[in-house]
Amino acid sequence: MAKITLKNLRHSYLPNPKGREDFALKEIDLDWQDGGAYALLGPSGCGKSTLLNIISGLLHPSEGAILFDDKDVTHLPPDQRNIAQVFQFPVIYDTMTVYDNLAFPLRNRGVAAARVDERVREIAEMLEVTEMLGTRASHLSPDNKQKISMGRGLVRDDVNVVMFDEPLTVIDPHLKWKLRSKLKELHQRVKATMIYVTHDQTEALTFADQVVVMQDGEVVQIGTPVELFERPQHTFVGHFIGSPGMNVLPAAEDKGKVSLNGQAIAVEGKVMGAGGNIQLGIRPEFVSLSDAGLQARVRKVSDIGRHCVVEAMVGDTSIKAVVEGEVPPQGAEIHLAFRQDQTRLYRDGWLATEVTP
Amino acid sequence: MKTENQKAWLFVLPVLLLVAFNALIPIMTVVNYSVQETFGDNLFFWEGLGWFEQILRSDRFHSALGRQFLFTFLILIIEVPLGIIIALSMPKKGIWVPVCLVTMALPMLIPWNVVGAMWNIFTLPDIGLLGYFINNTLGIEYNMTRSPIAAWITIVTMDVWHWTSLVVLLSYAGLVSIPDAYYQAAKIDGASPWKVFRYIQLPKMKTVLTIAILLRFMDSFNIYTEPFVLTGGGPGNSTTLLSIDLVKIALGQFDLGPAAAMSLIYFAITLLVSWLFYTLMTKDDAK
Repeated sequence: MAKITLKNLRHSYLPNPKGREDFALKEIDLDWQDGGAYALLGPSGCGKSTLLNIISGLLHPSEGAILFDDKDVTHLPPDQRNIAQVFQFPVIYDTMTVYDNLAFPLRNRGVAAARVDERVREIAEMLEVTEMLGTRASHLSPDNKQKISMGRGLVRDDVNVVMFDEPLTVIDPHLKWKLRSKLKELHQRVKATMIYVTHDQTEALTFADQVVVMQDGEVVQIGTPVELFERPQHTFVGHFIGSPGMNVLPAAEDKGKVSLNGQAIAVEGKVMGAGGNIQLGIRPEFVSLSDAGLQARVRKVSDIGRHCVVEAMVGDTSIKAVVEGEVPPQGAEIHLAFRQDQTRLYRDGWLATEVTP
Repeated sequence: MKTENQKAWLFVLPVLLLVAFNALIPIMTVVNYSVQETFGDNLFFWEGLGWFEQILRSDRFHSALGRQFLFTFLILIIEVPLGIIIALSMPKKGIWVPVCLVTMALPMLIPWNVVGAMWNIFTLPDIGLLGYFINNTLGIEYNMTRSPIAAWITIVTMDVWHWTSLVVLLSYAGLVSIPDAYYQAAKIDGASPWKVFRYIQLPKMKTVLTIAILLRFMDSFNIYTEPFVLTGGGPGNSTTLLSIDLVKIALGQFDLGPAAAMSLIYFAITLLVSWLFYTLMTKDDAK
């Protein structure tokens, strides 16, 4: 168990990176507390797997340092960092039994046989694979294989951090949910620091206490799932998280007065800064149909079960609203109202309004 | 509606004819010869299983079979580990991959009889590069036309040179199919290089290695052209392998009956060993 600190971390896959765009990771500074459950969330190619491989030691960063409990491990090989990693595709040793698979990391480190046995049985019970201990690992189903590779990470009681690199990709949908809650349960039992990499927001938000959202090699926002949902610091976080994502609307601002398509809009508080590209951000959950307000025409209505998503056009801009109960038909003229405390202004992508106390 | 007729047989017919002409009819001819005694003028007399008995009891057959097994054993024990070692040390990516692959494939592209002729000249003590070097520069007596040991070393070396590439290429194909995650997991699990080989690389190579060994077994067990061109079975009978002996009996002495019986026994042995090997190697997977 350890606290993990990433200091001024930068990485490029090119031998001589020149500009900023040559870096797969641009300036990462992070502090992860001992025993926390963290998720790295971002679209494919945003650098999250690169970051994970740097923490595990499979990659050496071009610049910066990694500290485990204030000890610099930047130049240590993976086996000396005491970490565990679960990969996208289950890695198991085909010719060994489940028992031998679980015992492998311990035996490689010369742990006494009695202790190995004790740990293997303990972990097997935690993962509910005790009755499979004697079978050849190659005969298992994908979800059980993935459980075994998790088990190999958890079996060592001295691990600093357990890392998951999109571990549920190859698992059937109905088993995904089971394994996900199993993971959460495991985290509560073993209390190891865990880092979970994924591009699936549901996985990230259900697993982690703190989610790190990444885009183009940069950390965009770090926060609890609720914070990410309620106050996205960047429009990217807004539309990446949530289903459907936040409405990001082109707007105009003049001395703190905000307007959309020529109509004044009230935002949550004081507007900071000046100039730049102005956008309004509001989640569909906080847009409602009303008698007065923004005039709009319904373009599409999709019923997604518990509620409907109404897509309406204001001028050339489309706005989504989550509506419960009765919905207007396609083509209808309606009025939209924004909840003021959930309406924010973004300048060049970044949040530019302050909550008025 | 399903129409029932016998037209489907027409589709099978070409294959049946092909197999009949290139396998069934020749092998039945051999069976026919193996139970009869032939004289000139196409005279045939019934012999029953006499030839089989004679072959199975003959010392000449026993020693040729022994030499054959020794040869196959030697080349397998050298080519398989050597092939794996070369495959393991080949680069996995970059511009050297095609260079290595083409270099490896070159020996296999040379016709059998040319390989024999090449090595014959190569090892001649007076004009051959290798032969001259060993005899005159190193001062070691080496003449495969005189010494059986030298002859054996030459045919085994020649086969290793000619066919190790096959094992290399097949093993290499198995190796490159292993995802990087396996090596990364092994690193994190603290596995030694030997354990990586034993538990990751070897199991992943198993299928292709089974095929490689099977091919090398059948090929080396039936080898004829290269040792025939190189040593002609000599000196004495020291490198007379089964196939060379068989051709001597069939074409040299024109004893068609015993030769036919011998080739059937030869065929049965090849088939039996291949089947046993394959069954044993794939047994684990079925479980």
